[in-house]
Amino acid sequence: MDDLGRLDTPLHRLDARVKVLATLAFIAVVVSRDRYAVSALVPLALYPIALIAVGRLPVRALARKALAAAPFAILVGAFNPWFDRRPMAVIGPWTLSAGWISFISILLRFGLTVTAALALVAGTGMHRLCAALTQLGMPRAFVTQLLLLYRYLFVIAEQAGRTHRAARLRAGGRAPRLRAFGSMIAMLLLRSLDRADRVYRAMRARGFDGRIRSPRPLRLRPCDVGFLGGCLAFFAAARIWNLAEMAGRLIVDGAP
Amino acid sequence: MHMADALISPAVGGTMWAVSGGLIAWCAARVRRTARENLVPLMGVLGAFVFAAQMLNFSIPGTGSSGHLGGGLILTLLVGPYAAFLVMASILTVQALFFADGGLLALGCNIFNLGFFPAFIAYPLIYRPLAGGQRSGARAAVAAIVAAVAGLLMGAFGVVVETRASGISELPFGRFVTLMLPIHAAIGVVEGLATAAVVGLVARARPETIAADASAAPVPGRTLAALAVAAALLGGIGSWFASTHPDGLEWAIGRASGAEELAAPAGGIHKRLAALQEKTAVLPDYGFAGAAESETDPEGAETAAAWPAVSAGTSVAGLVGAALTLAVALAIGLLLRAGANRRTATPA
Repeated sequence: MDDLGRLDTPLHRLDARVKVLATLAFIAVVVSRDRYAVSALVPLALYPIALIAVGRLPVRALARKALAAAPFAILVGAFNPWFDRRPMAVIGPWTLSAGWISFISILLRFGLTVTAALALVAGTGMHRLCAALTQLGMPRAFVTQLLLLYRYLFVIAEQAGRTHRAARLRAGGRAPRLRAFGSMIAMLLLRSLDRADRVYRAMRARGFDGRIRSPRPLRLRPCDVGFLGGCLAFFAAARIWNLAEMAGRLIVDGAP
Repeated sequence: MHMADALISPAVGGTMWAVSGGLIAWCAARVRRTARENLVPLMGVLGAFVFAAQMLNFSIPGTGSSGHLGGGLILTLLVGPYAAFLVMASILTVQALFFADGGLLALGCNIFNLGFFPAFIAYPLIYRPLAGGQRSGARAAVAAIVAAVAGLLMGAFGVVVETRASGISELPFGRFVTLMLPIHAAIGVVEGLATAAVVGLVARARPETIAADASAAPVPGRTLAALAVAAALLGGIGSWFASTHPDGLEWAIGRASGAEELAAPAGGIHKRLAALQEKTAVLPDYGFAGAAESETDPEGAETAAAWPAVSAGTSVAGLVGAALTLAVALAIGLLLRAGANRRTATPA
């Protein structure tokens, strides 16, 4: 994800604030549909598809990330067909219960929201994203925390991985027992505290005063405004009308 | 325990965002006023530490399965509740952004469930009284276990309430609670043990790193005020859930007030039923969830008979339209990608 954020594509060149706002509006529109909405949600897939296409983002990698996050939502949603057995739709010879429809709706919501969020982050990069958040009103202390966390995440995760591997080798390949785990984590923590101390001294030596400044000031261009306007208009249309159903009726009945 | 956007309604998500956002702003202000100089890089590094620690598993004795650390309690013990809340919030934000672990709209809920309860309720109200001044030893271990269990149970309960209030999942409240709470109680015991182990070791090796309670010693009145706000919020959310769950109730009211036998004694009963109905209808100017519920539920009874007949045509059109719009969206995507490739493939 870190590497993806550094690409140079039309998506990456869009103003980060605009992308954040558009994605949040997208998510709000998707979840605002009632629980049985299925065909109404499909046209909204255009947004994540367009982001992935314009940003030249790798579909399979993003899909893998999305699937890794799926279990809880799918598990809870899977109860719906169990509890709601009212027949709701008839398609040819099959009758679908309301529970299945709401389950499919949950799956669609999940797919749409997760891919949009991943596309936002992969298409923007952490630093531009945090700059956008600051300008959109997020408290500065929190944004600083996000950037520092992001910076040290990879360093400490690597160290934790080494420690963990060593412990597993000593434990014969299984996960270490609680006491060994405790001392392992404690070692990691002490090393982290030492590192934090060194980082603090280094930052003070370089004049850190509590604020992380972004290298380029963000400026809105006409295409940014156009992008946001177009997205909001599309989301509004998709929310007010069921675009899929209108299109389908055009074909099936000859009139929307 | 991370909630996804798929199960949430805008009303619930938006409200919890407002709550968590307010808490973040408040904690950020408190942290800025702190005297502890190296707090900023410490928070960053500790955030990375907890993130990394969450990826490491340990075996749970006697069960053969493995678990991992949550971290809220450890953070609070190291940097105090305000900084710990910010760190937890940042961890959850990065998890949502980079690992799709938890939705963006649901981030407010997750920050509240996993940050507020350990830092502002479990730590001051359970850990501190139980542990006395100790940070290592049996007493601290017991305090850690109880506090961790309490924090996780409250968080799990928060997930259930928020999911029910959103109205997307059909899982009934009772069954959801029965599923979530025991598992999280067990996880809490393990987390408490791990917290006690780590903090105990650090307290013995480097006692000055454990947060001096001065920074985390709130005036009793302030804690009570915070608790009152939390209780009001939980009550508010609870009453949403109570009023958006009137499937049987509204139907019964409709039946009762429409039925002819009640015409005569209508006076007392009708007034009471009307008052009840007013109470249940009062809440949801809050948003889509309420509107959607009242669309589908009261009409659900009347239109249930009409559904199969009407939906045949609707569903076919819906399916055809869905397939068509998806195809159009994919085609647009391919065109955009081709355009982007051509534009960025400029020769040097």
